[in-house]
Amino acid sequence: MSNNYALVGLILVPLVGSAVTFSVPKAQATLAKGLALFFSLVTLIYVVILGFAFDTGPHAKNFQFNCSWRWIRSFGAHVAFGVDGIALVLVLMAVILVPAVILASWNSFDTRRDAEEGGSKPRNVSVYLGLILLLEFFMIGVFTATDVFLFYVFFEAMLVPMYFIIGSFGGPRRQYAAMKFFLYSLAGGLLMLASVIGLYVTSGRSSFAFSDLVGSVPDGTTQKLLFLGFFIAFAIKAPLVPFHTWLPDAGAEAPAGGAALLVGVLDKVGTFGFLRYCLPLFPGASRYFAPTILILSVIGILYAAFLAIGQRDMKRLVAYTSVAHFGFIGIGIFAFTTQGGSGAVLYMVNHGLSTGALFLVVGLLIARGKSRLVSDYGGTAKVTPILGGLFLITGLSALALPGMSTFVSEFLVLVGTFTRHKGLAVLATTGIILAALYVLILYQRTMQGTVLEKVKKFKDVNVRETLAVAPLLVLIVFLGVYPKPVLDIINPAIKTTLGYVHQNDPAPKIAPVAGGAR
Amino acid sequence: MNALVLAGPYDKIVGPSLAYHALLPIFLVLGAALLGVLAEAFVPQELRFPVQFGIAAAGIIAAFCDIVALRGAKVLTAGGAIAVDGVGLFVQGSILILAFLSLLLVAERSVDVVSPIVARASVVPGSPRDAALATSERVQTEVFPLLSFAVGGMLVFSVSNNLLLMFVALEVLSLPLYLMAGLARRRRLLSQEAAVKYFLLGAFASAFFLYGLALLYGYANSVDLGSIRAASQNSGSSDVLLYAGFGLLLVGLLFKAGIAPFHSWTPDVYQGSPTSVTAFMASCTKVAAFGAILRVIYVGFEPTKWDWRPILWAVAITSMVVGAVLGLTQTDVKRILAYSSIAHAGFILVGVNALSADGLSGTMFYLLTYGFSTIAAFGIVTLVRSGDGEATHLSQWSGLAKKSPVVATVFTILLMSMAGIPLTAGFVGKFYVFRAGYHDAGALVVIALVASAITAFFYLRVVVLMFFADPPADGPTVAIPGWSTTVAITAATFATVLLGIVPQLVLDWASSAATLVR
Repeated sequence: MSNNYALVGLILVPLVGSAVTFSVPKAQATLAKGLALFFSLVTLIYVVILGFAFDTGPHAKNFQFNCSWRWIRSFGAHVAFGVDGIALVLVLMAVILVPAVILASWNSFDTRRDAEEGGSKPRNVSVYLGLILLLEFFMIGVFTATDVFLFYVFFEAMLVPMYFIIGSFGGPRRQYAAMKFFLYSLAGGLLMLASVIGLYVTSGRSSFAFSDLVGSVPDGTTQKLLFLGFFIAFAIKAPLVPFHTWLPDAGAEAPAGGAALLVGVLDKVGTFGFLRYCLPLFPGASRYFAPTILILSVIGILYAAFLAIGQRDMKRLVAYTSVAHFGFIGIGIFAFTTQGGSGAVLYMVNHGLSTGALFLVVGLLIARGKSRLVSDYGGTAKVTPILGGLFLITGLSALALPGMSTFVSEFLVLVGTFTRHKGLAVLATTGIILAALYVLILYQRTMQGTVLEKVKKFKDVNVRETLAVAPLLVLIVFLGVYPKPVLDIINPAIKTTLGYVHQNDPAPKIAPVAGGAR
Repeated sequence: MNALVLAGPYDKIVGPSLAYHALLPIFLVLGAALLGVLAEAFVPQELRFPVQFGIAAAGIIAAFCDIVALRGAKVLTAGGAIAVDGVGLFVQGSILILAFLSLLLVAERSVDVVSPIVARASVVPGSPRDAALATSERVQTEVFPLLSFAVGGMLVFSVSNNLLLMFVALEVLSLPLYLMAGLARRRRLLSQEAAVKYFLLGAFASAFFLYGLALLYGYANSVDLGSIRAASQNSGSSDVLLYAGFGLLLVGLLFKAGIAPFHSWTPDVYQGSPTSVTAFMASCTKVAAFGAILRVIYVGFEPTKWDWRPILWAVAITSMVVGAVLGLTQTDVKRILAYSSIAHAGFILVGVNALSADGLSGTMFYLLTYGFSTIAAFGIVTLVRSGDGEATHLSQWSGLAKKSPVVATVFTILLMSMAGIPLTAGFVGKFYVFRAGYHDAGALVVIALVASAITAFFYLRVVVLMFFADPPADGPTVAIPGWSTTVAITAATFATVLLGIVPQLVLDWASSAATLVR
């Protein structure tokens, strides 16, 4: 197999960018920002070109742009990259978010006045941007790795930049949140490491290459145990109820840009892991545990939505909405239907864009009011109409209004689930109503009503801030009207994935028409 | 030859033949130690420091070169008492590399007044003379020959195939260490307490070892590991002697390696000793002790493994849990590193207990990586100082990253390696031993991974303090190290990162060295 260097080049761009940005001295903040933005845009353009080069024809291979080199021979580990449709759209989503985050947090750490929350001191922005680019490197790596060992390495190493983003640049309780985030993820990761080792030993293939490992674990107790190791790690990352308790803290304390990447991209690694690793490697166990996971997902949808309604802290609220949304992705994946699967992947993309945008908009609001509490705002839309508009559109995309891309994916997930599990689909649908409740209540309390005294001094968003958020919203609306390009990329990969678990879509039952057919 | 035979009946006792070429590394180091003693007596005061350092360094470097030349040797010499084989040479090589780095730390001259080693260890602590010593510019250089003697003992310890020789080597390596523990320039009382504690408990452990040795002699009629193995296979005598003897022998060995429940000396001694000496103890002694444990278990007791393995599993779990849990409550950096070493000893035992070629090479690789990160970590500890010496209390470390980003970053890398985060040597080592351990004891590996998650908590606590907390008003300063400390920390850190990213070369060495002669 000849090696295709496209993905190696891709992964190097943010890595080089990170090193360059780190090395910029503190005094030249503008240079650091410019460089970081430049590298993130180069990465974005690079991925868009790859997207066009990606073959979606009927005879296309599942994994494309493959390359593989031996890395640690004694362990059978490779440096191997390749993307299928699922990985490609997630990488695309990640690299779209990064420049938006960089733009949105342009001045966040320069002066006390620009900081998101009161009292936080100016911080070294080149370190922050360097960490963001380093995180981008790991994010691309984790989605494109086609070797389980390499995936694990990226999966764990990714924690480190995020840990420092939360811990160094976050809110008042950042130490606690960073620690909680790291320990939860690490504990899950180490359980997964036990399974990774077990997978290697059980398979007896002396290789960690994904293609070598598929179908290598015989069905039975061992497979179930190995599945659980991977599953718990991904469930913590995703996060599925009851493994979600770290997310509200981490999401609330992280700076808005960091939170957007944390919830938008990092958490997708969990759901991506279900599709890429749990299903193909442990098909029997996946089928065995599917009912439990479906029920947990539905509980997550409802429970997190109720909690979101009750939150007073805006960032915590957004974090809880994400937990609810991950429930939808969970049922989409484990319903084992093509609509459900495609819907889940599209959901991951949309959720990344919409929640990413929501965190950024909330961040813009917080930077003006220096408070995360809903009660500190009121009538803001009258003072800052553009910010109000952005807030409304992102909010509507979060509640999956028809016409927004989130609606398409939520609909696909529910339809896909309904064909197999009617009761669960019906229960999950009530989550949509709850979503309308928490978004609209948030909008009403912060944006409408009497204008508070301190809100009167707010400045409306400037061009830079609009530029950070608007492209995401345009994309959400575009995909809401015309999701076909993305679905075309996703669908073949989903079919292949479901093929591993030997699940076909249930055949539609046609009730016999009285009198018979003519 | 004839002349010898004719000389009389007394010549019936013929000395065993010695393969001098295989023993040369030991002779070189012990020779350097003896030369050091002479130098101490005859070299003028002002020249002593460089001369002593030169002699010790030359001995270690020459011995290491000889070991490189000896690679692949399989020699059973001195009447079967010394086995120079793959494992022996790899362990000896590791000891010499780590001893050289420790020597560089010991030779530090610019951080404290002249040297961190006190000039007269016997002065009563708290007396006026003692107070004068803290700032006295007098230097005693006995520490260099003492270190050489200890290294010589370690070299013999790891190749002795005969329990009596092993006991002698144990004493040769221990006695200088007892003395060195009492040589700290600051906090004399703690240092003397450490020395006495180490001596008393060490003497107890030696007694246990000797008792076990006697029982085994009663069982097998020999102190050769090979003969004990043979006797256990065609057993005529009572197994009670075998297992009682083996158990007592292990107590002595586990004590030296600092494995719970024989660990109680570790925190006190690590804390009280001069930090450079602690680095030496924590790395080299541990490597040597595990070298001996490997040989005793693999050569002498492998046939009876199903009788004693569960006990070693229990010991491994105890050590991991004690190290991880008690480490959580520590507030002193040196004590944290001590408890971390106890937990690590448990992880290494997982590899030892695999009783396979993978177990051998995994253990040896782990020991090397652990040694590097430990030496560098203690090296960093020597740099953080307040008015009265090293500032080792955790609270004094808060905000260290603001004072010295480089030191804080390096220390973080080392802690990450100890926590087993990918892309560091610690991860590769953990992966290797856990993979070896997984074959026979999957559950043990899961426990080990849970324990590493707990240890990660206290490593992270240090990182949180260094990076996310504000420095105290009267906080410590970060000293500018002299060349030797700089070289030692840089080299060890570099090795830690390099072995995490491209470990294959050293893994090859370790796996080709996984041979024992008997």
